[in-house]
Amino acid sequence: MKMNDIYDIAIIGGGPAGLTAGLYAARARLKVILLERMGFGGQLLTYEKVDNYPGFPEGIGAFGLSELISAQALKFGLVTRNAEVTDLLVDEPIKVVRLADAELLAKTVVIASGASPNKLGVRGESEYTGRGVSYCAVCDAPFYRNQEVAVVGGGDTAIEEAIYLTKFASRVHVIHRRDQLRATRIIQERALQNDRISFILSSVVTEIKGSGEQGVDRLTIREAKGTKIDELPVSGVFIFVGIQPNSGFVPTEVDRDVFGFIRTDQEMKTSVPGVFAAGDVRVKELRQIVTAVGDGATAAFNAGRHIESHL
Amino acid sequence: MAGKNIIEVTDGSFDQEVLQSDVPVLVDFWAPWCGPCRAIAPVIEELSGDYEARLKVAKCNVDDNPKTPSRYGIRAIPTLIIFKGGNVSEQITGAVAKSQITAAIDKAVG
Repeated sequence: MKMNDIYDIAIIGGGPAGLTAGLYAARARLKVILLERMGFGGQLLTYEKVDNYPGFPEGIGAFGLSELISAQALKFGLVTRNAEVTDLLVDEPIKVVRLADAELLAKTVVIASGASPNKLGVRGESEYTGRGVSYCAVCDAPFYRNQEVAVVGGGDTAIEEAIYLTKFASRVHVIHRRDQLRATRIIQERALQNDRISFILSSVVTEIKGSGEQGVDRLTIREAKGTKIDELPVSGVFIFVGIQPNSGFVPTEVDRDVFGFIRTDQEMKTSVPGVFAAGDVRVKELRQIVTAVGDGATAAFNAGRHIESHL
Repeated sequence: MAGKNIIEVTDGSFDQEVLQSDVPVLVDFWAPWCGPCRAIAPVIEELSGDYEARLKVAKCNVDDNPKTPSRYGIRAIPTLIIFKGGNVSEQITGAVAKSQITAAIDKAVG
């Protein structure tokens, strides 16, 4: 293996964190490759509009923003490859990134593989996925024109998507297990003012029911701190109950929390020298595009430093 | 949106292009407003080359062609369906990794 076959940085994931790491690495003239298993954008692609990314006072379409971020990174020479990482070996100073049909060597790795929506974990959920159960309002809302739907969850994503769904659905029932919502105040205010949204608080969904042919037709709901059970007729249920990290390929040497999120310090260093993590895949409080891009820049910068001082 | 190996199917051409096809057909039900549909587009593009004559790859825009998705009870996109001999052989909902799609294709193509 010749030295010039070894990348300075291999970035895993093409969402905002990975693309920004790529932008900074490319501008530093490092030999960098970014690996993405699908199109660029990550979870950004499941949203309609972004209202809290600085620089866009009128908001910006989520897809448009992801295109701008990737275009900027590519303009500075970021090399990308459409491939899924199956394995990562980090026990030597030179890391090995395994793909389905190839193996790459890199001095440093930035894990920016993001996260995926959690499942609710109730009966009927997997059976009716795609036939009434959805995790993406922007994708599936138009199938529910003039119908009643439910949203499960009380965070920013759940409430923003509930508001989006009112463009199509005749009524949106927000079901949340706590007695108050967790979403940012301005998002809550918008939802409370929307007369197509109603709230079923302190309640949990225990089963998603339907018929084989038609898909979902009702939910079973139970009081969170009680035993009272109710049925809610809806033709769709949109589930936004948090996320899980896409860290299945990450080796055990890289320290993670109980949920699988990767622990880093404020320089984005993981427990393994030369391995960095950025964005939603790492342990952090505020998972936003604006924090993801900060992580990406920090990770690329410190990966560059690591190469200078160790390799 | 379709690449050179990908055909566009409509409500009008679906029966002939998909159901009466001699080889299995992967149909990608998508719409322009669906981000995850765009996310898997490069994967679908690749797949259209990988299997050559053993698999036909088609895209169906659900906005322009509402009858076909409703015929198959589709209420989420992207939905990928592999048709074999006119019947649904495999179905995948949502944007998934290429390996998961090839596993389904391999089952159908044999």
